[in-house]
Amino acid sequence: MFFVLKQLWKYGIGTMPLQDLRSNSTTLDTPTPDITTAVHPKLDVVNDLDQLLEKAPGLIKKIFGRSLHIRHLDSGSSNACEWEINALLNPVYDVQRFGIDFVASPRHADMLLVTGGVTRNLEEAVRKTFEAVPSPKLVVAIGDDACGIGLIGRTYAHYGGVDQIIPVNVYVPGAPPSPIEILNGILKAVEQTQ
Amino acid sequence: MKIEVIHADRNQLEKAYKSVMGPHFRLLTMVASDEKELGIDRFKLRYFFAVGDNRVLVLETVVPEEDPSFSSLAELLPAAAWYEREAYDLFGTRPVGHPDLRSLILHDDFPEGVYPLRKDFPLDQIEPRSGNGVFSYPRVEGEGVFEIPVGPIHAGVIEPGHFRFQVMGDTIFHLEARLFYTHRGMEKRSEGMDVMEGSLLAEQLCGVCSVSHALSYAQAVEQIAGLTIPERALYIRSLLAEMERLYNHVGDIGNICAGIGFAFGSNHGARLKETLMQLNARIFNHRYLRGMIIPGGVLRDLTSEQLNEISRISLDVAFKIQQIIHDILENNIALDRYRKTGILKEDIAEQFAVVGPAARASNIDMDARKDFPHAAYQELQFEVPVLEDGDVLARFLIRAVESTQSAKLIRQIIEKIPKGDIRIPLGELPAYQYGIGITESPRGENVHFVMTGLNNTIYRYRVRSASYANWPAVPTAVPGNIVPDFPLINKSFELCYSCCDR
Repeated sequence: MFFVLKQLWKYGIGTMPLQDLRSNSTTLDTPTPDITTAVHPKLDVVNDLDQLLEKAPGLIKKIFGRSLHIRHLDSGSSNACEWEINALLNPVYDVQRFGIDFVASPRHADMLLVTGGVTRNLEEAVRKTFEAVPSPKLVVAIGDDACGIGLIGRTYAHYGGVDQIIPVNVYVPGAPPSPIEILNGILKAVEQTQ
Repeated sequence: MKIEVIHADRNQLEKAYKSVMGPHFRLLTMVASDEKELGIDRFKLRYFFAVGDNRVLVLETVVPEEDPSFSSLAELLPAAAWYEREAYDLFGTRPVGHPDLRSLILHDDFPEGVYPLRKDFPLDQIEPRSGNGVFSYPRVEGEGVFEIPVGPIHAGVIEPGHFRFQVMGDTIFHLEARLFYTHRGMEKRSEGMDVMEGSLLAEQLCGVCSVSHALSYAQAVEQIAGLTIPERALYIRSLLAEMERLYNHVGDIGNICAGIGFAFGSNHGARLKETLMQLNARIFNHRYLRGMIIPGGVLRDLTSEQLNEISRISLDVAFKIQQIIHDILENNIALDRYRKTGILKEDIAEQFAVVGPAARASNIDMDARKDFPHAAYQELQFEVPVLEDGDVLARFLIRAVESTQSAKLIRQIIEKIPKGDIRIPLGELPAYQYGIGITESPRGENVHFVMTGLNNTIYRYRVRSASYANWPAVPTAVPGNIVPDFPLINKSFELCYSCCDR
């Protein structure tokens, strides 16, 4: 108990206030230098952080009751997208305060976040995971390769795009997209169900 | 770096290796390539050894198309086992006397007799599934022994890999790891690419070691071109490499805590890592420091204000993480779980040629920054920490020491950085020459082999990341531990799948 109190005294408790996130928004919103300059026709990216933070809780509550459960699915990414999704859970972004949580099984999930362009070795796993998600299934493709505009493209071991295997609702490009862009993509997909 | 080449007959490889083998021989990488275009029948295998004093010894042999067999080094040199299995999968060169020739990279439904890295195989042809291959897992049998299959899709936000535990109660007898689920064929993709474009591909090999991979690639290309890089560019490269090490180590310290569900450590680690990522985004416009290193130098210069900001924030973060490490180590539960868990013995680490923090935690004094001085490391002062225990705690402590050291190195670089140019043009590269680039990533030594083709293109590109070198050793550290300790052991090695699988 004393140990915990000592830590609280030393480091404080709670997440970063919204105010701080907003003051950082100029840096967070700067687009990452794109390796591919192509623009995907299906993209619809708005990066207004203020708007995002305000609409998130209401939107999720309205559509999913109280929470949105997400299952992450790696279909052959470069690991950067995984870390950016992980960053959504850190104390700075802390998406759990909006009722967004990551679950261990696709059977508990409302949404799949797919990173990577589906390798030959993972095709079956991708299909099975998609089948296990209860309807309505929302799929968000994270990163250039998942969106089908990546540098690797189609090779003997890589299909080069999630939509080659399963239907995709929202595309979030970037190599990798920032946590804010990923959150935006998640909310876009929720909006689609209205 | 000095490279010496020894040519051996394909059936006498073992003999040749025994006759030249020295006390400090370490296998760096093995590269197979299809060199029919060069008038060679047909495959060339090159084993690269580090022999000390910044020297590399290459043992090379030619394997003909008609009878693609050669004597395997795997019995003598366990570190060579994966490389030979990989070459068998991708080129069809058969190592005679190899103890384990199960498929490695192409999984069991890949048709037999099809070798995608041969030059006559088209890049974008996806073979139909054969459906008759079976992958056999070694089993431990007996009363009360159970098998736990895990993956490839895991419960957390992590990369895919398949693990089979043979357990009795909670104790693990045997662990079999099946990887290469994220094999994307990046090496084949690179063939025929312009060498400058290849640098973008190198950055995408791994999300969190982008700098190190781009640097290895750039060094390999520069070795072929025979370029001398401007001093300022070398310092900026070192700065980037240390920033990458710092954010990785800070994040990994938190992650090791996540392995035991210790929310205090994992949240603070994630918070401090985010501070560094936002710094990266502010200064370099990319959270993972991509788009800076190119063959010939670096892409953009830094102002002194930017340098000062980097120095200030990284020192601040290093100071804060030290406070947190201090508190983690005061916690008896954390200490109990870390100590004597997942011991990687020194002799096993040596046999598998383990690299990076994992090697240094098992009493092996190696660091590519000292062994193969690159970027500006020759002119910087730092020490290589080495610990003896080889357990999770030792790997944790190595990262703790190195994170402070990185912050100090960043300050040193910023104090010493000279003025001048930041890049020079690459020019025309000689065709069919190879170079190797060796750097120290946060996970250990990265070795890139680049061979040029005609008109400044890539002919063959082979990446040996730190994860590729360390993965075979991970299952050896697990038996004897309990199942709930596996995530902790795995996190203490903190290996990527993507740069291992490519």
